[in-house]
Amino acid sequence: MHDMLAAPQGDAATALTPPAQLSRLKAGDRGVIVDVRRESQHRDHGVDDAELERRLLEFGFVEGAVLEVLHEGLIGGDPIAVKLDDMRVALRRRDAADVWVRLEPK
Amino acid sequence: MSEAVLRPARVALVGNPNTGKTALFNALTGSRQKVANYAGVTVERKEGFLTTPGGRSLSVLDLPGTYSLRARSPDEAVTRDAVLGRLAGEAEPDVVVAVADATNLRLVLRLILELKAVGRPMVLALNMYDIAQRQGLRIDLDGLRAELGCPIVTTVATRRRGVRELAEQVDALIASGAVAHENVWREPSAGEIRSAHREAQRILKTYVRPPEHPDTITGKVDAVLLHPVAGLAILLALLFVMFQAVFTWAGPPADAIEAGVAWLGAQIGGLIPDGFLGGLPESLIVDGLFAGVGSVLVFLPQILVLFFFIILLEDFGYMARAAFLMDRIMGGAGLHGRAFIPLLSSFACAIPGIMAARVIDQKRDRMTTILVAPLMTCSARIPVYTLIIGAFIPDRVVGPGLNLQGLVMFGLYAAGIFSALIVSAVIRKVFWRGAVEPFLMELPTYKLPSPESVLRNLLLRAQIFLSRAGRIILPLMVLVWVVSTFPMPPEGATEPAIDYSIAGMVGQAIQPLFAPIGFNWQMVVALIPGFAAREVAVAALGTVYAVGDAEANVGALGARLAESWSLATGLSFLAWYIFAPQCAATLGVVKRETNSWGWTAVMFGYMVTLAYLASFATYHIAVALGAG
Ligand SMILES: Nc1nc2c(ncn2[C@@H]2O[C@H](COP(=O)(O)OP(=O)(O)OP(=O)(O)O)[C@@H](O)[C@H]2O)c(=O)[nH]1
Ligand SMILES: [Mg+2]
Repeated sequence: MHDMLAAPQGDAATALTPPAQLSRLKAGDRGVIVDVRRESQHRDHGVDDAELERRLLEFGFVEGAVLEVLHEGLIGGDPIAVKLDDMRVALRRRDAADVWVRLEPK
Repeated sequence: MSEAVLRPARVALVGNPNTGKTALFNALTGSRQKVANYAGVTVERKEGFLTTPGGRSLSVLDLPGTYSLRARSPDEAVTRDAVLGRLAGEAEPDVVVAVADATNLRLVLRLILELKAVGRPMVLALNMYDIAQRQGLRIDLDGLRAELGCPIVTTVATRRRGVRELAEQVDALIASGAVAHENVWREPSAGEIRSAHREAQRILKTYVRPPEHPDTITGKVDAVLLHPVAGLAILLALLFVMFQAVFTWAGPPADAIEAGVAWLGAQIGGLIPDGFLGGLPESLIVDGLFAGVGSVLVFLPQILVLFFFIILLEDFGYMARAAFLMDRIMGGAGLHGRAFIPLLSSFACAIPGIMAARVIDQKRDRMTTILVAPLMTCSARIPVYTLIIGAFIPDRVVGPGLNLQGLVMFGLYAAGIFSALIVSAVIRKVFWRGAVEPFLMELPTYKLPSPESVLRNLLLRAQIFLSRAGRIILPLMVLVWVVSTFPMPPEGATEPAIDYSIAGMVGQAIQPLFAPIGFNWQMVVALIPGFAAREVAVAALGTVYAVGDAEANVGALGARLAESWSLATGLSFLAWYIFAPQCAATLGVVKRETNSWGWTAVMFGYMVTLAYLASFATYHIAVALGAG
């Protein structure tokens, strides 16, 4: 499941930035999804982690997809709207922790 | 062979949400199912028929959109079951038409790979091809056709382009004797979804060149509409203008209709010779039909103004944005993010709202949404609210663009919304704690609403409203007239005739129950048929007051109420209608959707209780303030 991680990541600059969780990103951040991992240890999503992973994948949150955070909600910056390749998706931060993004240097 | 003649070939439309399946279905079959620019419009299976140019009859299924056959919510389960032939009494479709938004192919390509595993013969409809062309998107159709191994048709469903070709391709595919492969579909694992994505990405890279002029408008509009502060302010302003407009824009045409109804009633009343058959036919027509049904018909302009706004927002693509802006507040009340659109649809009518809750995966989240949906102010409350506000609230300007009556209307809508949030928070705290399910929602690209389709939808709304008046209100008003006219008063009776009728006696018998909330017996009589539908109460008040007072003019029900009710009673009636479950059809749908009389009873019980408490408080506060 980490196979896409092994894919060549381009130049050294991007390889240097460590991946960040989508749930922690700010509006304007952009990068490439490097991992969708079941890791929502302490959060209760009402579904199990494997199910959350599959839902994210089916919506297009998949390794290799280009992602940009477009908007944040007023209260606590939640939810967030992201551009995911050619489509726009809204999601809550609590459900976004499993998506790891390697940010483009600004 | 003979079987093929007897039974139309079966075609299922399958694809991601909001790709134009229903628009295509309507274009193919001449149906008028709801089309709108957000995901999750269609929540049930709809069937329609057509004859192809080649003379073959087809049965077409419109299905809810889905990202995967691995269904999670009740609406997606319908799609999965239809495709796999698991619906009771239904075989698999003979042909699957995969409907794709040509400008957004990545996810649908993965779904198509799943559909291929199911093995039914397939045609790919690349819809929204007008937008693809405008963007300068280049798709190698021949290459894609060979890669996917299925015919491809480009379509513009809203303009009926490519629809004939699609029917022909389906026909040709059946005629060529294409047979289904063995169904090897099973729920994909995470790893399988990933590899399907890689495959889809490869296909996309090979056959699709990115657009030369990608859509930049959506991004620019979103920068304003999704702005954390400005976005919320615009949403509030929009709602405010909408509810004000229900009052101000609709006022003049509504007055004109009212005058027209009154005039027509007087003319027809005049045609009947005085005292003919004891005056009964004249009373039935003038009091029962004109004063009763007519008092509801005058609200057609208000209903249309409301729908005008809703249709524009839906077609433009604003609904998902509103859901985004309100998500935190909804989440705070324990509502699932996907509850927003069902609740917003409930402004039109709770019935489609409750059905739209099928897009919510988890039973509890869905149940909470269903239970609070009827608290949203549906369009059937408009006649009640408008009548009472018109009668009791002065028509005064209280600020720039602010009309006091419109302000009260806005307040009533706000009261409905707040009580829905509070009730759902209570349900969450008391009955079921635990997490809310994950919430992912596509934000569709904005589209300019087409004037024809807005007009068509408005006409459809007008037709629904008028046919309700004919099917429900009219027969009920005949009944109300009968029970308020018979039995006739005895010789030498001193009280008004209606006091001796069944309605008068029943109303006066039950009225003590409602005395604490300030209702008089006429109101109680109106509430009873009002359980059939909210606006029936207005019609019933019209009839009861008209029968009770033969001298007064038809129409002008508001003026009559203003004379005979106190302000406190009027306000109490408004409070009652914020909460009361005065709609049999809604209760029927709740029973069907929850499959439980228990939940239906819970809804009825909590709403009646809230209505009584709210009216009680309103009445007594108003009386204490001197409005008794
Ligand atoms: N420009 C353009 N707009 C289209 C076309 N087809 C559909 N639309 C618009 O796309 C939106 C979605 O159409 P629907 O038919 O409701 O989509 P659906 O696939 O049935 O959606 P769900 O029922 O939610 O899954 C509406 O706003 C339509 O007016 C098309 O070919 N061209
Ligand atoms: Mg649809």
